[in-house]
Amino acid sequence: MEILPILASLRKHRIPTVLIVLEIALTCAVLCNAVFMIGQRVSAIRLPNAIDEHSLSTVGLSGTDEKTAGSDIPRNLAALRGIPGVQAVGAISTLPLSHNNWGWSFGTSPDESIFNKKTVNFSLFFLGEGADKALGLRLLEGRFFNADDYADSSFGSAPLPETHVTLVTHSIAERMWPGQSALGKTYYTTSHYYTVVGVIADVLRPNIDGQGEASNYFSAFYPMSAEGSKGNLRRYVLRSAPGDRDRVMRAAEQKLIELNPNGVTKSAIYSDMRDQYFADMRSMAWMLVLVCVVMLAVTAFGIVGLTSFWVGQRRQQIGIRRAVGASRGHIMQYFQTENFLLSGAGVVLGVALAYGINLYLMRHYEITRLPWYYLPVSAIVLWGLGQLAVLGPALRAANVPPVVATRSA
Amino acid sequence: MEEYEMFGYYLDLALRSLKRNRVLTALMVLALALGIGATITTLTVLRLLSGDPLPQKSAQLFYPQVDPYPAGKPFSRSGQMPWLMSYVDAMNLLHAGKAQRQTALARSRVKVMPKTQEGKPFYADSVMTTADFFPMFDAPFQYGAGWSAADDDSRAQVAVIAGFLNDKLFGGANSVGRMIRIEDHDFRVIGVLKPWAPQPRFYGLHLGGRDYGNGEGVFMPLLGARADGIGPSMMMSYGPGASMEHLETSPSIWLGVWLELPDASAVSAYRLFLADYAQQQVALGRFQKSRTALSGLMQWLRNEHVVPDDARLQTGMAFGFLLICVVNTVGLLLAKCLRRSREIGVRRALGASRSAIFGQFMAEAAIVGVAGGALGLVFAELGLWGIRHQPAQYASLAHLNLPMFLFTFVVALAASLVAGLLPAWRACAVAPAPQLKAN
Repeated sequence: MEILPILASLRKHRIPTVLIVLEIALTCAVLCNAVFMIGQRVSAIRLPNAIDEHSLSTVGLSGTDEKTAGSDIPRNLAALRGIPGVQAVGAISTLPLSHNNWGWSFGTSPDESIFNKKTVNFSLFFLGEGADKALGLRLLEGRFFNADDYADSSFGSAPLPETHVTLVTHSIAERMWPGQSALGKTYYTTSHYYTVVGVIADVLRPNIDGQGEASNYFSAFYPMSAEGSKGNLRRYVLRSAPGDRDRVMRAAEQKLIELNPNGVTKSAIYSDMRDQYFADMRSMAWMLVLVCVVMLAVTAFGIVGLTSFWVGQRRQQIGIRRAVGASRGHIMQYFQTENFLLSGAGVVLGVALAYGINLYLMRHYEITRLPWYYLPVSAIVLWGLGQLAVLGPALRAANVPPVVATRSA
Repeated sequence: MEEYEMFGYYLDLALRSLKRNRVLTALMVLALALGIGATITTLTVLRLLSGDPLPQKSAQLFYPQVDPYPAGKPFSRSGQMPWLMSYVDAMNLLHAGKAQRQTALARSRVKVMPKTQEGKPFYADSVMTTADFFPMFDAPFQYGAGWSAADDDSRAQVAVIAGFLNDKLFGGANSVGRMIRIEDHDFRVIGVLKPWAPQPRFYGLHLGGRDYGNGEGVFMPLLGARADGIGPSMMMSYGPGASMEHLETSPSIWLGVWLELPDASAVSAYRLFLADYAQQQVALGRFQKSRTALSGLMQWLRNEHVVPDDARLQTGMAFGFLLICVVNTVGLLLAKCLRRSREIGVRRALGASRSAIFGQFMAEAAIVGVAGGALGLVFAELGLWGIRHQPAQYASLAHLNLPMFLFTFVVALAASLVAGLLPAWRACAVAPAPQLKAN
């Protein structure tokens, strides 16, 4: 197929040519960025979280008397353990993706912690005895807390637990002591210090920001005795078979209301809680998908409309070419090649525009650089779309009979 | 008169032409409607989110900030001022009384115990604040009134409750003088608010809780609530000796302070006072940094990016989409018009002027625009209906209002007329003679 005659013909129809190229370029630019944003959200929604997400249900209990927590919590736990189908129970201060965050910054040496800007912010989780097993935390190194650790820990007046042992996630270990084992290491803040007795697989924080950040996993765990908990062990976690979760959760909530008439309960199945956390993100992703689909449809119809007009306008030309021996295939090929060139120009312009928009978004929003492979992928998609859209009009062109075409004008 | 008749004639011609290419016309209208529907939906949400929460008062409300953080351990690595104030600083500013009105506040979730036998305890969002809160923010009272500065100082156990809480606890009756139990302490109701929930809740930024949606249920005097041990939802500490119980002396920030400054001279006077205050605190050794900030309400909302990024991105995306739809309409209108160059040639030869041809094609574009706008409105209503069924805090507030309704048509008409300009210009450039000769 000769390209030169096509270019010559396009030069004669400058305005429609420019319009098609512009439309494809705009579609390409918006599409690249929209798909990229969808991808970012999907990977955030799918962030792994090393607790037993599909076996957990939880009941929060607040408004009870802190002074009697030492006897209330063990009594509540015993009652929950008695519910048929419950495999493990524990009391804990907060859960990953629960929005209820307690953060504090720590450094790796005692003096640094005051004057070093490079302290690292962790989310603090306080575990009642047995909560590690109920959650299904996965130990990578070292040990979980023992009975003595639990007995020795409490809250004083400070917003930090009075204990000296801690479990940290793999991500914290890597950040604080890169390339070394974190076991036995100590981290500090002005008044408190904690020694790592175990490293666990990555657990998400109660609040996360962005995706792909190691800091989403900066979760640290501390033992907490029931009597010293000062109202901070408010959440009961129950582990059961996934099919039992709903029944177990209801029974547990009922039990806790009976035992604590002054308290207020709030229950949830953990996987629902996780879905809830990402609900905004999920609906944004779906909205973007919808925009992309409609946009592609509009662009495709635009190409169909313009090409149909083009074919209509050039019936005479086509008829003459057919009369002097061009086959149907030749005519089809002509329009397909023409569309291929137009899409190509649109894609090149569109990719440049896409990167421009991306740079702007990077400056003003929390968005990372568009990966290079969006270029060939979007090129292929738009080329494909163009070929598909041009098929109908091209077939109609190929069906122009040679004789009729030359006679009518 | 003649003008009017010509316009009617153009409309008639345009309608005939549009009817001739039903599919193409439908495609143009549909594409334009989709673009407009998406744009109006996202703009409505953006307008809702970035609106002025207190239009009659916002120009007089200011948010002061000081920086008690140590030089070596700044509040933020990017140099932001601390969002909140310590108790000592907040009280110093309040007692100085340099503004026309001033208030300090924190948010909290509190347990409310109904007095009836069968009532179960529940949690409500609350604000712990000082007397000026209600007159400063124009909070409207259904019954009773707020408390006085003397009630603040005497740690009075009184409360103002929201209308919805009054409905729930007292069946909507005048409950002034009745008692409610908050966090296991008795409070006397002294006022009931009419429905009131500024969007966004500017005074609650960084104090924990939601920025949009339903308002708080309970308002209590700060000192009175603190005397009962009620703590704030948000607290940040900056030094050794941080304490959860002795928040008043702890090196922690947990209060938002608001000022009412009636005019520009009051604002500049307060700026000087605040700078002076910070210098004094540096001299006293309480602060290491003397920087201060004083932002107007709307400025404060902008600084703190209260509008979610997603809402802005969606709007940008929708405008991109609208642009594509307009380009698409230009292309299709142009295709239609070039196809009819013979018809135009005949009309020109029979004496139609260039402006007549131009008018005819613009009329065609305008019809497409109005139809696209009407259908776009349907899409926008559909889109907003979708948003109301989403989990976002602001979801229930998403409604199309009259200005947005009119805006839809202006956008649609403008978009289609812009789209029609090029084809109309091309059409009126068609010369009469050659077209006739070609036949």
